[in-house]
Amino acid sequence: MRWTARNPDVIAAALLAHVELVGAALLIALAISLPVGVLAARHGLLRGVALGSASVLYSIPSLALFALLVPVLGLGFRSALLALVSYALPILLRALVAGLRMVPAEILEAADGMGLTRRQRLWRVELPLALPALLGGLRVAGVTLVSAATVAAYINAGGLGTLILTGLDQGHTEKILVGAGLTAALALVLDQALRIAQRFAPAGT
Amino acid sequence: MGALAWLRANPGPFAQALGEHLLLSATGLTLGIAIGLPLGLLVARRAGMAEAAIAVAGLLRTLPSLAILAALLPLLGVGFTPSVVALAVVALPPVLVNTIIGLRGADAEALDAATGLGMTPAQRLLRVELPLAAPMVFAGLRIAAVQVVSGAALATFIGGGGLGDLVTQGVALLDTGQMLVGATAIALLALGTEFALGGLERAAAAWSGAA
Repeated sequence: MRWTARNPDVIAAALLAHVELVGAALLIALAISLPVGVLAARHGLLRGVALGSASVLYSIPSLALFALLVPVLGLGFRSALLALVSYALPILLRALVAGLRMVPAEILEAADGMGLTRRQRLWRVELPLALPALLGGLRVAGVTLVSAATVAAYINAGGLGTLILTGLDQGHTEKILVGAGLTAALALVLDQALRIAQRFAPAGT
Repeated sequence: MGALAWLRANPGPFAQALGEHLLLSATGLTLGIAIGLPLGLLVARRAGMAEAAIAVAGLLRTLPSLAILAALLPLLGVGFTPSVVALAVVALPPVLVNTIIGLRGADAEALDAATGLGMTPAQRLLRVELPLAAPMVFAGLRIAAVQVVSGAALATFIGGGGLGDLVTQGVALLDTGQMLVGATAIALLALGTEFALGGLERAAAAWSGAA
């Protein structure tokens, strides 16, 4: 454990960079998936296109996606961020659309009967009822991104993958294990935190 | 050098990387199925064990593939063997969880009817439970196969070979063509696996629905 004791700053910086990358990608994906998901839940054609293209993006392995983006956007944070957003987007979109479409028709009719406008109905009724499904999607997306972000180190985006990859290069077992262990721990903590949030979210009907 | 130019100039290295990739994926997936499927059959009817198995699989599923590969290096060294073991670990959770959920989802009335017809537990498993669980089990195999084909791209980092080698060599040699060939081949292989197995899955579902 001598390397760990001597390099807490290196480890903390890698962890912070990892969290930043994942957090930024999740926020951007959430900002895109909310309007697109709301529209896709209402329009069949848009739904087919959005979910279909999303599932293609999601199936592309991380190393391939990163490598394909490098010639376009270059090495570093921007390529990594775009790749991570494109992983999170399909998951969030699918979860949100499923959540919105599960809202029972009677509840929508009741909301209309109470005189809510479409916008009020969306914000006060539909989105709160879709929240548990969206949080479930956020959970899957978070774990997927923590994992994919380790590979981002390969295109110089930093993060915990840097410890793993430089450790592999140098045959430095302790560095590898610290990187792998922290990544796994981060994935588990995020998963559990969102699971708890999911439990406290207003229950579906 | 462009991607096509690289491919034309290096058909041998490409074929070798592709062959290694397929061998890694097939071996890892087979190993994962060989453990996950019987284990799922074994624990599915015991509620406590089934829940424990699903919880452990959930933990394994959150582990990043690169972390699994890297963590095996101190134990198993570099090369083919640790890569295959890591890929088996990647394949295990979806196979195990879907087998358990599929079997547990089998309709209780169908099971009672089968017992009432005088089937032995083994007959009931083969003729009733497995056919009912088949769509779920198959979906698990598809998810596992796609994840293994994806994860095999990372084997290059522990000297396991495969198409990831083309990407890492391309990056190291600043050969964009080689890198793009590797990346495109990995992406196509994963997408092809997803769509081919997805198509088979729908065909099987239509067939079992019609039967």
